[in-house]
Amino acid sequence: MKFLARHILKGSRPFWLCLFGVTWVLSTYSFPLYKALDARWIIKFPKAWELQLDGWISAVMKWLVEDASFGLFSFRDLTRFISSLIEAPYQVVRSGLIDGFSTGQGQQAVEIAPSLSWIAIITILAALAFYAKDWVLAALVGGCFVYLAIFGQWESAMVTLASVIIAVPLGVVGGLLLGILAYLSPLAERMMRPVLDLMQTVPVFAYLVPILFLFGFGPVSALVATVIYAMPPMVRVSTVALQGVPTEIEEAGRMMGCSRRQMMWKVLVPSAMPTLMVGVNQVIMLSLNMVIIASMIGAGGLGYDVLTALRRLDIGGGIEAGLAIVALAIALDRLSQAFSTRTQDALPEPGLSYVKRHPWLVSVVLIMLGTGLAGLYLPAIQSYPESATLTTSAFWSDAMEWININFFDTFEAIKTFFLTYLLLPVKRFFSGVPWAWGIIAIGLAAWRVGGWKLGAMAALMALAIAASGLWAKAMITIYLCGVSVFLASVIGIPLGIWAGQNSRANSVIGAFIDTLQTLPSFVYLIPVVMLFRVGDFSAMIAVVLYALAPAVRYAAHGIREIEPEMIEAGKVSGCTKNQLLWRIKLPLATPSLLLGLNQTIMLALSMLVITALVGTRDLGQEVYIALTKANTGQGIIAGLAVAFIAITADRIVSAMARASRERLGLK
Amino acid sequence: MENSVKLDCRGVWKLYGPNPTAFLNKHGGNPDQDTMNKAQIIGAVRDANVQIHEGEIFVIMGLSGSGKSTLVRCLSRLVEPTAGHVEFEGRDLLSMPEAELIDVRRKKMGMVFQHFALLPHLTVLQNAAFPLDVQGVDRKTREARAHEMVELVGLKGRENYFPRQLSGGQQQRVGIARSLVAEPDLWFLDEPFSALDPLIRREMQDEFMRLQSMLRKTIIFITHDFDEAIRLADRIAVMKDGAIVQTATPEELILNPATDYVEEFTRHIPRAKVLRLATVMSPGAPEGNYAGDLQGGLSVADTVDQIEAESRPFRVINKNGEAIGTIDARTVIDVLIGRSGK
Repeated sequence: MKFLARHILKGSRPFWLCLFGVTWVLSTYSFPLYKALDARWIIKFPKAWELQLDGWISAVMKWLVEDASFGLFSFRDLTRFISSLIEAPYQVVRSGLIDGFSTGQGQQAVEIAPSLSWIAIITILAALAFYAKDWVLAALVGGCFVYLAIFGQWESAMVTLASVIIAVPLGVVGGLLLGILAYLSPLAERMMRPVLDLMQTVPVFAYLVPILFLFGFGPVSALVATVIYAMPPMVRVSTVALQGVPTEIEEAGRMMGCSRRQMMWKVLVPSAMPTLMVGVNQVIMLSLNMVIIASMIGAGGLGYDVLTALRRLDIGGGIEAGLAIVALAIALDRLSQAFSTRTQDALPEPGLSYVKRHPWLVSVVLIMLGTGLAGLYLPAIQSYPESATLTTSAFWSDAMEWININFFDTFEAIKTFFLTYLLLPVKRFFSGVPWAWGIIAIGLAAWRVGGWKLGAMAALMALAIAASGLWAKAMITIYLCGVSVFLASVIGIPLGIWAGQNSRANSVIGAFIDTLQTLPSFVYLIPVVMLFRVGDFSAMIAVVLYALAPAVRYAAHGIREIEPEMIEAGKVSGCTKNQLLWRIKLPLATPSLLLGLNQTIMLALSMLVITALVGTRDLGQEVYIALTKANTGQGIIAGLAVAFIAITADRIVSAMARASRERLGLK
Repeated sequence: MENSVKLDCRGVWKLYGPNPTAFLNKHGGNPDQDTMNKAQIIGAVRDANVQIHEGEIFVIMGLSGSGKSTLVRCLSRLVEPTAGHVEFEGRDLLSMPEAELIDVRRKKMGMVFQHFALLPHLTVLQNAAFPLDVQGVDRKTREARAHEMVELVGLKGRENYFPRQLSGGQQQRVGIARSLVAEPDLWFLDEPFSALDPLIRREMQDEFMRLQSMLRKTIIFITHDFDEAIRLADRIAVMKDGAIVQTATPEELILNPATDYVEEFTRHIPRAKVLRLATVMSPGAPEGNYAGDLQGGLSVADTVDQIEAESRPFRVINKNGEAIGTIDARTVIDVLIGRSGK
């Protein structure tokens, strides 16, 4: 970090020292100053100047739901229509996976057809994995689902899977269409970009509030939230993928006389397929993440199990459900990745019979039908027998208890150490900064890094946060985020550098980081709360774990991407290994490290909001409270405040990365 | 050239930069380099005039950045020229509505690309059949036709391979098959062999000449390789900085390069291989004592041993057997050592 600082701040040290010095003095003496001058406005934004935006937003939402009308139908009709549109396929998928098809309501319900048997579902997924890659993947995917069955998580997992199965096609198709629109029309692209920026930085909880208000509590709201959350990356990936199609291929299409439609669907989209599949993988993983979080507004499934376990502090149950989520996430991730890298070798010989050309499809259908029929007589085939499930709940509870009894003092000592020497001093520093100076300081810093436009934008966003009466909470968010990002960098960058220089370390660290990144954010809370209970320290650990991945990845990438000639030049000049690292590799990897820092900040902010569940007092908590009270205005304003912090940080760090690339003469 | 003009391009400009059309109008449609530099305008193609005749191989030669790729894209309207006229078979290509343009491209034009531009998700056969697929030809017909083309370019047996399973030369054969499947009249080849290794390039040039001897297309061929241009062309247009410096047959280029720039290219070309007897002979054939008759279309290199071995001159005859000139060992030696004055 010190090195980074030296490299970035080269030549402008006095400016930064002054800025920090003034801020520190004002932060330390703001309270005495307020007492001495009896000027409360120094530490608190005057109530009279506060914008009451949240009230207005809530009022508008209320009007929308209760009174708004488009002539022929009201707004409420519209949301109901959307609900029914999503509800119907969701019910079909859910019936097929777990509930079984039936007619009638409640007590009078008569089952017409059973759901797919657990054996059939596992077979389908394993066959897909084999089709996409090989036996190893089939075993992994099959194994993950067998795990779900044996450990009694089948039902919840299927509910979660049903939501994912509905959300993913919607997100992919919607994202692809919007991406195509942005590709075709620069105007649409310009209009979409800020919206996408905002959607990717607004914390997930903030989505939930208005959706809860519009669609009510239940799986449909959860699906709407999931689709909205998972779509933006697909839009981006689609545009980039289409732009990445070689010009020659597009020209070839035109010279062959493709109409516009043929051009898009026969030439551009298929040529962009490998990149598009990366987007599909992202949509799947984001959907899973959101379906878990959306259990707060009624998605049910594994997320709901974790949530209730967290609320009851049911250690064993929480870990069990968490591990089930991990199994599901790994299976879905590896499966969809295999599809995106799949290469078709040769077409099957024409002229063979259907069965011989599609041996897999035919056997899978046979197994589906066979187990379905057999399940009518042998219930164990239809659904995994409950008596044969294992529960590890007691084991985990005992293990945690044992750890807590034997290591309580150690954990307390660690916690107290971090609180006393890191968290509290930083918190005091940030909380003490008077809002007026805070706005000026952020503006100055941004101006110094990226010019007056960036400075003005940063100052305005800070002012907007202060004017919403959220200054104090925003400062807590910044402090927690800052500390977590600092720790994540301190741990992650050296790991990344190690991985970048050593291929064996790389394969181990890479696998570990890959797995960390596939886990839905909720999962991180479970062990942290178990070990450290609620509070800022627990939140910090969860955030560090979640935000570690980009720091490692980008550092490794930056080291690996250095031209071998540069390193050879260093060796020829007689550099020692250390000199090679500090004088050549790190300076050249700086742009990449900064990009990693940027990503780390973004992930940290998104996780920070979720840690509201373990009792922080920041903007995330504000959003969470709004969610529990279904207060749309409060939720949206606090969500926007987080987005503003994220956007400011993103622009500042990006400007630094750009400047350092230019300095190094990289493209 | 007695054959009719297939593609007629007059005064074509392609400028890049802020508001190029207004800029061109303001300077009377003929700005010079300095004014363009000042206005930050890049002249990719400047006042290009070419007439391509039915059945000829017309090569556009230039180094990278000379504007040859942009020019060929103006000729096929892949790029809209800033100004000028392009007529294809007497029809104005530039004002053609989209539907008509699509129809012309489907039926009359074919193009081969430097990096092959094959569709990665389709097999060799499907790639070759793609232009017909786009036209809505039914599967059976188009695949039968594609089979023929794949066989013609020597890839029989690899119909079900995907492009990434083929070598560069093989991929370009697929590109050629695809560009010919709709039986176009006008065949564009944009540096088709530049991405290939030298040996393969040679082989593909031979293959190209073999195909052309069978098909007799009208061809616009782009290359940065002067040897290749000399080898394949009926006529060559040399481009520099967006403008055409000289348009001529290979022999004329070598004998009378219009500028030092052109001469620089011709200097290393073995003249004896390019120059034909009809060009270097002394015209007029008085009665006399000759060693024999030689066809005027033969190159100097092919006949040098024969001519040198004789002390008497040879008579040069044209296709109809009429005597048109004489040639002796001294003239041949002049050509071989590059002594000027013919």
